[in-house]
Amino acid sequence: MIEAQPTTNITPDTLVPETQKMKANGYRLVQMCASRLPEGLEVNYTFDKDCAFANLRILIAAESPSLPSVSGVYWAALLYENEMHDLYGIQFPGLVLDFKGNFYKVAKKHAFNEAASCTAPAKS
Amino acid sequence: MANRTIIPFGPQHPVLPEPIHLDLVVEDERVIEAIPSIGFIHRGLEKLVEKKDFIDFTYVAERICGICSFIHGQTYCQGIEEIMQLQVPDRAKALRTIWGEMSRLHSHLLWLGLMADAFGFESLFMHCWRLRETLLDEIEATTGGRVIFGSCKVGGTRRDVTDAKLAEIVRILDGMEQEIRDITGVFMSDSTVKHRMRGVGIITKEEAQALGAVGPTLRASGVAQDMRTLGYAFFNKINFKTITRTEGDCQARCEVRIDELFASIDIIRQVVAQMPGGAVDVEVKGNPNGEFFSRVEQPRGEVVYYIKANGTKNLQRFRARTPTFANLAPLVKMLQGCDLADVPVMALTIDPCISCTER
Repeated sequence: MIEAQPTTNITPDTLVPETQKMKANGYRLVQMCASRLPEGLEVNYTFDKDCAFANLRILIAAESPSLPSVSGVYWAALLYENEMHDLYGIQFPGLVLDFKGNFYKVAKKHAFNEAASCTAPAKS
Repeated sequence: MANRTIIPFGPQHPVLPEPIHLDLVVEDERVIEAIPSIGFIHRGLEKLVEKKDFIDFTYVAERICGICSFIHGQTYCQGIEEIMQLQVPDRAKALRTIWGEMSRLHSHLLWLGLMADAFGFESLFMHCWRLRETLLDEIEATTGGRVIFGSCKVGGTRRDVTDAKLAEIVRILDGMEQEIRDITGVFMSDSTVKHRMRGVGIITKEEAQALGAVGPTLRASGVAQDMRTLGYAFFNKINFKTITRTEGDCQARCEVRIDELFASIDIIRQVVAQMPGGAVDVEVKGNPNGEFFSRVEQPRGEVVYYIKANGTKNLQRFRARTPTFANLAPLVKMLQGCDLADVPVMALTIDPCISCTER
């Protein structure tokens, strides 16, 4: 094993406080990503401090998914949240800069999550 | 109050031939705000795991980027190997380290050339790329490819390199070292070059950490963080020092990359000196079941592959967070308050690779 990768399961209610704790403890936001699983959408928030890995994980419903934005805590999260919105259809209330579905110019909206509304762009 | 104007920068720009767009909100010649847009060529490669089996997907991972192609393949293979608990032979790990550092060398030389070109120093640009060409020749001699090496596979490497050839590479690098020192001396000491970079685009240590910067962008702000210290591949047997600067400006980011050139040459020397014998691959049986965040230091910084497998031949999830994606937020921050004329140079100092970012 190259490194230990501890993961903590949390809920949407505790997401922002847990993220604030990570920032207060000096952790760098490494990445955020969603995964489509049979039981719903799994979202990982990965952090690093002096090459020590930490991960927060949330499981949410795949239909009309929504999570509080952590872009108020880590500003860079806005890029990951816009990405997850465009590919998975997750809504992030409180997003500091919302590209409103135009972060990725993809032919098919929410292509990674068929349970979210999947609509093709109108032909010009 | 001066009038505000929005100046579009990219996705096609003479200085930055990468499909990234910035809306630069300017007052007179000063940038007040920069709003980034990417996604013009998003390829959706992550979704291909649903079609390609986990062995074949190595080819896709290698094609995420044309500069650090090999390290993408290595990061992917390493993730699968961790999940399957494969014992990769030491010789394969050593070869991966050598090819990875050769990738870093040619990437940094490419960047130095582009940087010289950005501030109009054509002869310097040509010298950087001339040296890079020598490296590409050696990469071609050992892998058969100059862009896509095709040499990494799950369980090891596809090909071996003779000890005689490895010794020849070290001799060539010995010869290159002085030439690199001569050329990079211009970046380190020339007053016109420093005038464009010293004190420009400053990111403090606290900002770099808070904004999630990686690689030379992070280390130039005084944060000693390099994923190679995790000890993956052959790095647990190598002595090397994480290179940092404290100024956090464009010059510091340039100097970190220059010092990393010499560090990479030294790493290759150390690996060749300890080159283990034996096989370069192990047999792979079954399918992966589990998950792993594979983190590797690319020339532009930490790349993260999240791999989740459920025991079938197709992965459940593959996610690549590339270093340029992580460095977009620091770029936006450093552009705030800069002179409009400095935007191309500042954008280049994160060494943007939108091909990676649009995986």
